[in-house]
Amino acid sequence: MARSEAGVFDLGYLDRLSRQDTFVHRLDPRAKLITTLVFLVTVVSMHKYELSALTPFFLYPVFLAAAGNVPIRYLARKIALVSPFAITLGLFNPFLDTGPLVQVAGITVSGGWVSFTSILVRFVLTVGAALILVAITGFTSVCAALGRLGVPRVFVVQLMFLYRYLFVLTDETVRLLRARSLRSFGGKGKGLATFGPLAGRLLLRTLDRAQRIHLAMCARGFDGQVRLSRPLQFRLPDVVFLLTWTLLLLGMRLFNPAAATGRVISELLP
Amino acid sequence: MHMADALVSPAIGAGMLAVTGGMVVHCSRKVSRELDDRKVPLMGVVAAFVFAAQMINIAIPGTGSSGHLGGGLLMAILLGPHAAFLTMASVLIVQALFFADGGLLVLGCNVLNLGYFPCFIAYPLLFKPLAGDCRKKGRIVAASLAAAIVGLQLGSAAVVVQTVLSGVTDLPAIPFLLVMQPIHLAIGVIEGMATAAVVLFIWKQRPEVLDASAPGRGEGSFARVLFALAVSAVLVAGGLSWFASQQPDGLEWSIAAVADSEKVPLPPEDHRTALVEGGAGTAGLVGSALTLALAALAGVAFRWGRGGRSHGEE
Repeated sequence: MARSEAGVFDLGYLDRLSRQDTFVHRLDPRAKLITTLVFLVTVVSMHKYELSALTPFFLYPVFLAAAGNVPIRYLARKIALVSPFAITLGLFNPFLDTGPLVQVAGITVSGGWVSFTSILVRFVLTVGAALILVAITGFTSVCAALGRLGVPRVFVVQLMFLYRYLFVLTDETVRLLRARSLRSFGGKGKGLATFGPLAGRLLLRTLDRAQRIHLAMCARGFDGQVRLSRPLQFRLPDVVFLLTWTLLLLGMRLFNPAAATGRVISELLP
Repeated sequence: MHMADALVSPAIGAGMLAVTGGMVVHCSRKVSRELDDRKVPLMGVVAAFVFAAQMINIAIPGTGSSGHLGGGLLMAILLGPHAAFLTMASVLIVQALFFADGGLLVLGCNVLNLGYFPCFIAYPLLFKPLAGDCRKKGRIVAASLAAAIVGLQLGSAAVVVQTVLSGVTDLPAIPFLLVMQPIHLAIGVIEGMATAAVVLFIWKQRPEVLDASAPGRGEGSFARVLFALAVSAVLVAGGLSWFASQQPDGLEWSIAAVADSEKVPLPPEDHRTALVEGGAGTAGLVGSALTLALAALAGVAFRWGRGGRSHGEE
């Protein structure tokens, strides 16, 4: 439910990962953003009973995580922790769809279990891809890419502000929460009566802060545009990255390399 | 109630992205036309505040559990609907990328469910008329409660429509709806109370914030309200009729399926029969295992190669 101190710590960790300098970090954020979107569309467009055809898609996150030095264990923990929503909704499939679908080594598996497993695999793939995108690009660069791809400037600039002040405000809230739990005994004092003044005071301080920030920025010549120290440039490696992965992903979508390999192996074995 | 990428079909995801993308462009124009460049930093910082406020859990008396603020309605009250819609969209982008709450493809669905309904339906049509000019305590509480509840009910109903239309899960629409709506009624009550608590505090401490931050109070003319209602009616009706034509027997099937799953003859699908007859199960399993192993191996190999090089550089 409520995001804990651990969540805040995670935020900083992802940010640190994004400041590394590997060749995937150096790629243009637009190339990575578009490739991620192609990846998501191809994965999600798979038929609901598709399982073996989804497995080649693991190549993409595994490649990026390895090349971008993103710890797999961290990703796995993060994915395991989040969104019980998707899993809860998928869990109904085995009970609603009980028709037989496939036979694996003599055991008949119902369609519901196949589609449930398929949802889990999709979940890992899509969530993993989104986390990796931030870990190898950095949020500010993702925002800059959005801006260059035609997203309105007002939206992009306030997105950057949000990210900048997220860290400041979450730190402040962690202190507020610690102070509150030190003063509340046996769960008393955590109700609505204290929430109003607590959040309200934080909000008023936030509004004052926004005004100070704005004045300070005006004093430094802010004209509604945020400039990056590393300007976006689409170079040859970016083109190669984008084209290679788009073709690979489309290939995985149209053909099923996993099933083909499996068929060959099963025919070779007696 | 964030949707996940794993639960939508590309058509629904892309369609919703297109619709909400258009709305983001429209709202951005509207906000930049106000020529108040103070607003952009304000929006960003208020969005960060919503994250912070979501960390503050509220104990719910008598249940032992706790809830937290969602923030859509509060932002609409503070910033006005257009700026609040943009702010909510950016909150959802950060949640998708950093907290893995929601997803990129499903962003359109989430922006519609959690941004559009509180900002453009609940706030202008319920909160504003009910709260008036925010002068009476009781009216603020009632308006917040009504707006939060209606906003969340619409949002959770939209989740059901999007999930069922996507068809990745087998959840039948009606029972799913019957589970989602009561849960979100409770969440709506908490959201309304929490919003009212913050608004009341601000109203007591610094009432000018409420006056100044929502420009054009009362500009929502009757014609505009009618137009908004008509558009949402067309959207809902269009969605429902599409759903009805795609699954003509959806209702009976879902009720029967929930009542007794044994007796329902499932419609044989081409895909299903092809898979069973082709005996693709074992081959698929072997191939999948092999592919996964290869992917893992490639990752390890790549990491070694890269690790060696970077050590050399250091």
